[in-house]
Amino acid sequence: MNNDLKARIASLLEEQQEMLLSEWAQELQAQGRQQGAISDKDLKQQCKEFLTLFRDAVQGEEGGKGENLRNMLGNLARSRAENGFTPTETATFVFSFKKPLYTVLHKEFSKDSNTLIEVIWGVNQSLDRLGLYTTEVTQSAREEVIRRQQQDMLELSTPVVSLAEGILALPLIGTLDSARTQVVMESLLQTIVTTGSTVAIIDITGVPTVDTLVAQHLLKTVTAARLMGADCIISGIRPQIAQTIVHLGVELGNVITKATLASAFKIALDMQGMKISRVAPVGAMTSKA
Amino acid sequence: MMDRIPILRMGQFLLVTIQVDMHDRLALALQDDLTTKISETGATGVLIDISSLEIVDSFIGRMVANISAMSKILDAQTVIVGMQPAVAITLVELGLSLPGVRTALDVERGMALLQNPRVNMTSYAQAGDEENFDDSDNQN
Repeated sequence: MNNDLKARIASLLEEQQEMLLSEWAQELQAQGRQQGAISDKDLKQQCKEFLTLFRDAVQGEEGGKGENLRNMLGNLARSRAENGFTPTETATFVFSFKKPLYTVLHKEFSKDSNTLIEVIWGVNQSLDRLGLYTTEVTQSAREEVIRRQQQDMLELSTPVVSLAEGILALPLIGTLDSARTQVVMESLLQTIVTTGSTVAIIDITGVPTVDTLVAQHLLKTVTAARLMGADCIISGIRPQIAQTIVHLGVELGNVITKATLASAFKIALDMQGMKISRVAPVGAMTSKA
Repeated sequence: MMDRIPILRMGQFLLVTIQVDMHDRLALALQDDLTTKISETGATGVLIDISSLEIVDSFIGRMVANISAMSKILDAQTVIVGMQPAVAITLVELGLSLPGVRTALDVERGMALLQNPRVNMTSYAQAGDEENFDDSDNQN
């Protein structure tokens, strides 16, 4: 498209702004209810902003063409992704602008079909690009959320708790992969150093499956703790997991394993030379209260 | 003149504190010195403090394992104490789990371990199965 044509489209957009906006709004409504919530007022505001920036982009030089428009669409896609819009809905926002725009263009260039085709082709291309751009932004916004949540999960799901003097517990929840094992190992070893604990109970009640890889990671953690001078007990082994471990032929070596955290704690107390004793008969304390 | 790691005698035990970065020749010299010293003094225990050791490679890891094995042959218990978390992780990743080497958190605990050798871990596992919380209460 030459510059004359561009200027003509731009001025056309300016003249027909009201008409374009109202038809666009109708078009958007015709798409039916959307999953995401957005008020009519905001939607109108967005349409108007888009139209203004689109006009600027058509008028603009080749160099900085559409920078503002892209930024605006990027922000729009990002906020819509956060509000639960599907990528299709967001892209439809741009695509639904085609119909009113083509109607206007058709009226203007109806006498010269060659120019009409050229203009519509040019406009079509840029609108398609913009629509796809919103999809891209939506996707990357979601991926960012996923990445952040993965990071959060790494940090949140590996607490090291102190049960008694010299006894640590590490309740593991979720599948153990290499990255998590690294975090778990580091936080466990660091806590062993700072608290001077000599027994660590690794509770795998929350680990859904134990395959050879998970077992290997567990053994690595146990070995590293042993090298530092702390003994490890693995507890919370469910019957199915015990079966899997044997079927897979995983060698747990001479690591102490226990079915429940309670029995592991008992052993840990033994190792520390401590014991738990009842000071009143069963039920005596609760009946007093 | 090459640096040497001092070996201190404390009664029946020998105390080795590694306070510099271990390099290969230093480790070999320590291996020589320590075995000589054990046979000279007839020590029954060796305590190696590696709390200042921050960098370890496969060679040093193997040297540590070898030194403990040699001491054991010379009838001296070896305890490695104060391993840094990073060193422990590195050794595990290198596949050096140092089987047969006893470890402790710090010098104090290591000394206690040498003075009254701890009951074997597996005996704890078996002992724990026989009683539960209620049984131990009844004994009181």
